[in-house]
Amino acid sequence: MELVPVYLAFILALSIFLGFELISKVPATLHTPLMSGANAISGITLVGALLAAGADGPDWLATLLGAAAVFFATVNVVGGYLVTDRMLGMFKKRPQKQAAEKPET
Amino acid sequence: MTDLVVNLAYLGAAVLFVLGLKMLGSPSTARRGNALSAIGMLIAVVATLLSKGVVAWHWIAIAAGAGVVVGALAARLVAMTSMPEMVALFNGSGGIASLLVGAAALFPGVIGGAAGAETAVSTFTAVTVLLSVMIGGVTFSGSIVAWGKLAEVLPSGALLFAGQRLVNGGLLAALVACGVFFALAPAADSPYFVAVLVLALALGVLAVVPIGGADMPVVISLLNSYSGLAACAAGFAINNNVLIVSGSLVGAAGIILTNIMCKAMNRSLANVLFSGFGATRAGAKVEGEVKPINAEDASLILEAASAVAFVPGYGMAVAQAQHVVHELGELLEENGCEVSYAIHPVAGRMPGHMNVLLAEASVPYDQLVEMEDINPRMANIDVAVVIGANDVVNPAAREDEASPIYGMPVINVDHARTVFVLKRSMASGFAGIDNPLFFGANTRMLFGDAKASISAVIASLKD
Repeated sequence: MELVPVYLAFILALSIFLGFELISKVPATLHTPLMSGANAISGITLVGALLAAGADGPDWLATLLGAAAVFFATVNVVGGYLVTDRMLGMFKKRPQKQAAEKPET
Repeated sequence: MTDLVVNLAYLGAAVLFVLGLKMLGSPSTARRGNALSAIGMLIAVVATLLSKGVVAWHWIAIAAGAGVVVGALAARLVAMTSMPEMVALFNGSGGIASLLVGAAALFPGVIGGAAGAETAVSTFTAVTVLLSVMIGGVTFSGSIVAWGKLAEVLPSGALLFAGQRLVNGGLLAALVACGVFFALAPAADSPYFVAVLVLALALGVLAVVPIGGADMPVVISLLNSYSGLAACAAGFAINNNVLIVSGSLVGAAGIILTNIMCKAMNRSLANVLFSGFGATRAGAKVEGEVKPINAEDASLILEAASAVAFVPGYGMAVAQAQHVVHELGELLEENGCEVSYAIHPVAGRMPGHMNVLLAEASVPYDQLVEMEDINPRMANIDVAVVIGANDVVNPAAREDEASPIYGMPVINVDHARTVFVLKRSMASGFAGIDNPLFFGANTRMLFGDAKASISAVIASLKD
């Protein structure tokens, strides 16, 4: 049990390094979608919020806090992924000559 | 569902987040990457809902339903020019969600799994709860202030007052002291907990208030990072590894962007956060005569050009000129001209802001050029068209050691054969303005609203 914090710290340290490796390869042109996508991922707090709001018979205050957290985290997840998708859909390559009439996807 | 299955689902989700970020490395795969990441989130959420920790559904249904509606509407309706405000609000809601989860973790029976069985809050849990409340609180209130400045609900300039650093330092010390008292006797109803909450919120406000509008790219990136770190701290508070993995990925993203923004302004993070740059800049006075040009003459020069670079800044977003800029670009291309769009890292109010606006106007992303790539070939550019940008094209950053932006890397438009600067107005022919570009021998000023000016150029090109 007392090793749990250490395991969590392990995960933390490795994920930070992984994050630096991954993000440094994102081109400048995609930095805005990167940020809104990161907003969506930080909505992972939703998992914790669901556990707090759905727990069996705790203090009503805890349920209230959890439900409020569910709301905010859901806004992040849904809004973040959708707006990122909307933005990324706008990034298009230069159409080949004479292929400009290609229907939009 | 057993804990084993739930945790395996979390593992799957984490892998999908990583893959999604990896695919963000190229515009051609980025959209699929985002979809993969969303699938990962769906897996994590469904697994959590089916886990034995979740038994009461009605509050979840109401809150999540409201969240879906608000999130979907916001994503659908936001204008691309307002993305900085949107991201600021998302940073804030991420922060407060982590704050709330951290606070809820203080109540017995909430966390589920091993720690939920304990009635007393351990010191480890107390410290992690504190961290999620502190970081989440600063992120939330700081983001609201940042949003207010971006949306110009609050004055966008830097707000400085005497003894500001002293007040902030004192606040931080009080925050840490209350945190220590709380950790010594952790309980959900501890008065120190309330004090920590209030102080964190106050600190967030005071930390962002002295930062001026032009420094917003740094602040938004930093708050983005904080929102990830807050999720990370909440993950520690409830012993949940997927929160830690995702939170640290987001934290790393924010830090990298912050670092890129600071480098692009040649300033340290401390300087951005504490100096109130936007308020104090004096600038060396430059005197000279500006040479105005009208739309018709501008169109003649553009017609003869074989290489044109557009350099957009925040002014293009304000004037909503991105669509006409693209129209002009296409006209010039049909005329056999090579067109590129040169984008400075801190142009606009957030990282990549200009790129998204131009993408919205259907400019292909292979025409968007970064500063380091355009500068070496600037001498071969016939016309550089500056649209609503100022500092990022200021040659004083290279030449004038007294200039407040000396040392900042800029797009060297003054090395192009001709420069057009689109600008709303200039008080007189001899104005004391700190941008010597406006007085350059090869500079022509096209006065007026950027959108109207470019439309006029297009009209006379078509004649």
